[in-house]
Amino acid sequence: MVKMADYTGMPPAWCPGCGNFGILTAVKRALVELEMQPHQVLMVSGIGQAGKLPHYTKCNMLNVLHGRTLPTAAGAKIANPELAVIAVGGDGDGYGEGGNHFMHAVRRNHEITYMVHDNQVYGLTKGQASPTSDLGFVTKTTPQGAAEPMNPMAVALALGGSFVARGFAGDAEHLSGLIKVAIRHKGFALIDVLQPCVVFNHKNTYAWYRERVYKLEESGYNPNDKLAAFEKALEWGERIPIGVIYREDRATFEEQLPALSKGPLVGQDIDPRQVEGLLEEFL
Amino acid sequence: MVCMPVDVSFMIGGEAGQGVQSVGHILAKALARGGFHIFADQDYESRIRGGHSFFRVRASDREARAISETVDILVALNQETIDLHREEMASEGVIVFDGGKTENTLSDEKLFAVPLEHLAQESAKNKLMANTVALGVALGLVGYDLQVLNKVVREHFGTGDVAEANVAAAKAGYEYVKGNFDGGFSHHLDPIGDGNRMLLTGNEAIALGALAANCKFMAAYPMTPSTSIMEYLTSKCEKVGMVVVQPEDEISAIHMTIGAAFAGVRSMTATSGGGFCLMVEGLGLAGMTETPIVVVDAQRPGPAIGLPSRTEQSDLEFVIHASHGEFPRAVLAPATVEDAFWLTVKAFNLSDKYQLPVILLTDQHLASSYFTVDKFDLSKVTIDRGELLSKTELADLGEYKRHRITESGISPRAWPLEGEALVATDADEHNEEGHLIEDAETRTAMMLKRLRKLEGLKKEIGQPRVYGGAQAEVTLVGWGSTYGALKEAVDLANQEGLKTNLVHFSEIWPFPAEATSKALQGAQRLFAVENNATAQLAHLIRAETGYQIMGKIAKFDGRPFSPAHILRQLKKEIS
Repeated sequence: MVKMADYTGMPPAWCPGCGNFGILTAVKRALVELEMQPHQVLMVSGIGQAGKLPHYTKCNMLNVLHGRTLPTAAGAKIANPELAVIAVGGDGDGYGEGGNHFMHAVRRNHEITYMVHDNQVYGLTKGQASPTSDLGFVTKTTPQGAAEPMNPMAVALALGGSFVARGFAGDAEHLSGLIKVAIRHKGFALIDVLQPCVVFNHKNTYAWYRERVYKLEESGYNPNDKLAAFEKALEWGERIPIGVIYREDRATFEEQLPALSKGPLVGQDIDPRQVEGLLEEFL
Repeated sequence: MVCMPVDVSFMIGGEAGQGVQSVGHILAKALARGGFHIFADQDYESRIRGGHSFFRVRASDREARAISETVDILVALNQETIDLHREEMASEGVIVFDGGKTENTLSDEKLFAVPLEHLAQESAKNKLMANTVALGVALGLVGYDLQVLNKVVREHFGTGDVAEANVAAAKAGYEYVKGNFDGGFSHHLDPIGDGNRMLLTGNEAIALGALAANCKFMAAYPMTPSTSIMEYLTSKCEKVGMVVVQPEDEISAIHMTIGAAFAGVRSMTATSGGGFCLMVEGLGLAGMTETPIVVVDAQRPGPAIGLPSRTEQSDLEFVIHASHGEFPRAVLAPATVEDAFWLTVKAFNLSDKYQLPVILLTDQHLASSYFTVDKFDLSKVTIDRGELLSKTELADLGEYKRHRITESGISPRAWPLEGEALVATDADEHNEEGHLIEDAETRTAMMLKRLRKLEGLKKEIGQPRVYGGAQAEVTLVGWGSTYGALKEAVDLANQEGLKTNLVHFSEIWPFPAEATSKALQGAQRLFAVENNATAQLAHLIRAETGYQIMGKIAKFDGRPFSPAHILRQLKKEIS
């Protein structure tokens, strides 16, 4: 039996009341409920407060550079598809610095769960605008207000995302359910997590989100309809949907690699006789 | 009877798209099959159709590792080729051109008009095969064995109508020489051996070295002149069980490589200087997380886009110092195509043993030129994955410390799912368990641990090659792909009575300071010969040994050195 205690890591150095605590609880609970052992899990994280999450739990961990979470996670997944790979980062990390990687990881459909702690602000560098800051959001670096925000749900849908979901850090139980479905999904599973930043974002607060979020699964919504999904992805303001916006089954990047049909790359060796044969082709 | 050395240079020139490269390769292969040593290179503009491109093939009965400045047989598939290369012709050289297509009114006995397109149409019912007719003419001029050519043509085009049409076209050109050429051409090439050598480029040698070293993952973004490494490996990946990924950019490429290496698979990436610029932060990540990766930088002239399809050696100081922060790394710069294979194997072994990034620094000249070499002996390949913990050892340990502080600086390695150990590492400074820290003591201990790996690594670095007599008046110093040209330049100088030797580096970092001081001791006049403008190796030697190299022969026009050019410049400098 896997227990919550098996996933106890270093004490978190997040601010009291930070939305990250809810996400940490949710991910630990999901892993325990899925009966996954810590050694079967690899968390790859970027830089920002979100990137510290793997330190505060216990599993294999690769904490990389700002924005480089997804390519590193993809490399590890290809080398050993038996690892459950969970990529973790913030909105600046994933949608700003790592925006190009995000687009292409979605498109390629690597079998990775990607949790974006989306607090719509830069926390670690103390309060600058992020790619998802609401239009007009005033910070020290955007005194005239932030530009049109990026919509990660719509972008992921446009790029053929096979699992596009949104969670709320203030509802750890719901989020934990989403994470479980995402980990079980065969393909790239994006969960954008609305995460209040209690220090630098005084607009998108717990109360602000609580007034607006509603659960898609409670509204009779069908997450297999792509056009409906685009509509839901564009819904922001008075009402904000959380839950699975879209999902479909399509071939993952990894299952299309012939070398992986014989098992994980890490357990295979290139036969020197094959190499000898290749040398002879040059004679 | 005095046996004259055989050394014949062919050049095929035309527009991109006229089949210059494929005919050039067939010519090189046919001559290699006859036992000749081959050096062949290609020169092209960065465009898909049109422009001027040429392929040079030098065939010799002794080692040939550099270009020759003179051309014995020029096959001109267009007029521009004649205009651009007439001055390079040897005194008895012959220019073959399509007399049915272009008129050359030059009263030049070197010109041999052949109705190439007409013969192609007549023999193969396809005037596009004019290039193959020209190939037949070239080999007809030297009286080569047509059967050898036919065999190579069939291998190239496969069995079928296309292959037979090309065989017929080559024959038509070959026969045409017999009845129509009376120019008196003194070079005669008969096969001289069994031709059991490989003909391959530096990039192909690196790709084969990677496979021999059990590299199973590559992620790379196409960039000239590195691309043929990923293309070759992609073409073989299903057969050997490898994965090659073309991601969205070089940043992604190096991070995928790091991810796969962290998970336990030997991994590499390849690029040119511009792509390497983008990879630099990843290089630092590999250094900090002690992840073994191999990065190929096939240099081309910079900065920025520079000359995309040409050669230069200007990234040396860059790759040695690339990244912020300090961490150990190795830089190997293959001098020959054999080095390209063996140093690739070594790169993987060093990276695993010392858990750090290793950079293989080549250039367009080595990457894209063809050389003949004895087949690589795979029984001599050793695979050293460094200190690994077994499942039992991991189970006995209880808690695994990925970055355990040791005397050698090497922390015994494990990867995820190897037993139940948890493997953790971090781009932040971290403790032995791989978790982020900020305290001064741990930071200092970790820096010292990583830097201690240099002590073992230094002992693995090979000494510079020394060629030529010990009592030399002039000592040339070079590195990487210039070895062939420099060695031949040393021979030419000595033949002219200028006592010259060579100190040449192919394993550059950590710098072999002691061996270098020993090699340079007593040298009278030193000349750094480098395919760059600022003599970067000379700087490094000054910094690491105190030796100041006063002479400089620099070439940074995007073209490789020829032995004759080096000798001319040397004589100018010392006179």
